[in-house]
Amino acid sequence: MENQDENKEGIGGMINPRRYGIERVAYLLMRISGLGLLAYFIGHIYETSSILQGEMGWQEFLELTQTTEGHIIMTIVIGMCVFHTVNGIRVMLGHGGVGVGTPARPDYPYKPASQNTRHKIGIYSAIVLAAIAMMYGFSVMMGH
Amino acid sequence: MAQVSGIAEERSTTPLSSRKSVTLRITRYNPEYDNEKTFMEFNVPYEKWTTVLEAILEVKKHFDHSVAVRYSCRQATCGSCGMVINGKPRLACFTKISELDSDVVTVEPMNNFPIIRDLTVRFERLFNSHHKIKPFLIHEDSEISSNEKEFLQSPEELEQYIQFSNCIKCGLCNSACPTMATDSSFVGPQALAQAYRYVADSRDKGKDSRLKIIDESHGIWRCHFAGSCSQVCPKGVDPAMGIQFLRGYLLGFKS
Repeated sequence: MENQDENKEGIGGMINPRRYGIERVAYLLMRISGLGLLAYFIGHIYETSSILQGEMGWQEFLELTQTTEGHIIMTIVIGMCVFHTVNGIRVMLGHGGVGVGTPARPDYPYKPASQNTRHKIGIYSAIVLAAIAMMYGFSVMMGH
Repeated sequence: MAQVSGIAEERSTTPLSSRKSVTLRITRYNPEYDNEKTFMEFNVPYEKWTTVLEAILEVKKHFDHSVAVRYSCRQATCGSCGMVINGKPRLACFTKISELDSDVVTVEPMNNFPIIRDLTVRFERLFNSHHKIKPFLIHEDSEISSNEKEFLQSPEELEQYIQFSNCIKCGLCNSACPTMATDSSFVGPQALAQAYRYVADSRDKGKDSRLKIIDESHGIWRCHFAGSCSQVCPKGVDPAMGIQFLRGYLLGFKS
């Protein structure tokens, strides 16, 4: 009821990437990759804690990552890691006011200077680098 | 005389009326009586210059006068007619139907604003946030206290903030913001951009007090630079730029 009163878009509106260009897609991917890496981090702690069960327990758990499903998950983790890092550098620079343009009298049709080509290149670079890293990582894990 | 006949000739070869029509879907919702939003559809004729606001007023004039819509200047100056048009926040008076490139135009009230009725929303929160960041020059002296006082400013200093003073408080940026979609307490891109407008003004001495106001858990740190606010701004204010510069002050990149 509160949500209706406020007329907030909610999570559905927040994660909808279709309306505001590549910047909003990057915003969504940043959120997803951040949550994914957090989940991986927690899983990683759980995995490494298996060493307390001795070498046997450690090896058993490690075998889980040597399956096809394990390789796919690790490939996704590599992609999330690379995208989050590269896009994170772009966003951090932007947060410091670097590369977001300079204030000037706007002229119609008012293209926002903060959404400039450099930032778009940064976003596309993050996506392409993540894709390359995923392909390389997957081929290494599959032994090619 | 030759000029008059030339105009007449042009009229005869250029049809003034396109005779096109569009299906206008208008949100109907009264929070006092309705449990959910519904849509009413109207077939409205339009020309290539017809705006969405004109189409809505056509509906009010000929089909249903009870449609609630707020408007005033009809020239993107007052900021009254902000609404979600085909999924994106826009000014109805500044959006031509022909530019939407769609046979169906859906108009809804702006997101992240409480609905009064149909297309009209409450602006209290936006104005409160705007007021909170002290939208006025803070200075120990006043230009009006003495005839000799004048706060001189160079054109270069003016350029630092003039873009941000174009804000008409239409609320489109707050409606597009992904943080505002989930956080009711977020101060919002409109107020943050206006905080930068005054912080960047060479005549203003209230930078520290403004930075203190926005440096809180639901303040500037909730902005994640999605940039949607700048994309929907009808006046080219670019709130995302102002917010990042403002954060630059807080992080020590700017002084």
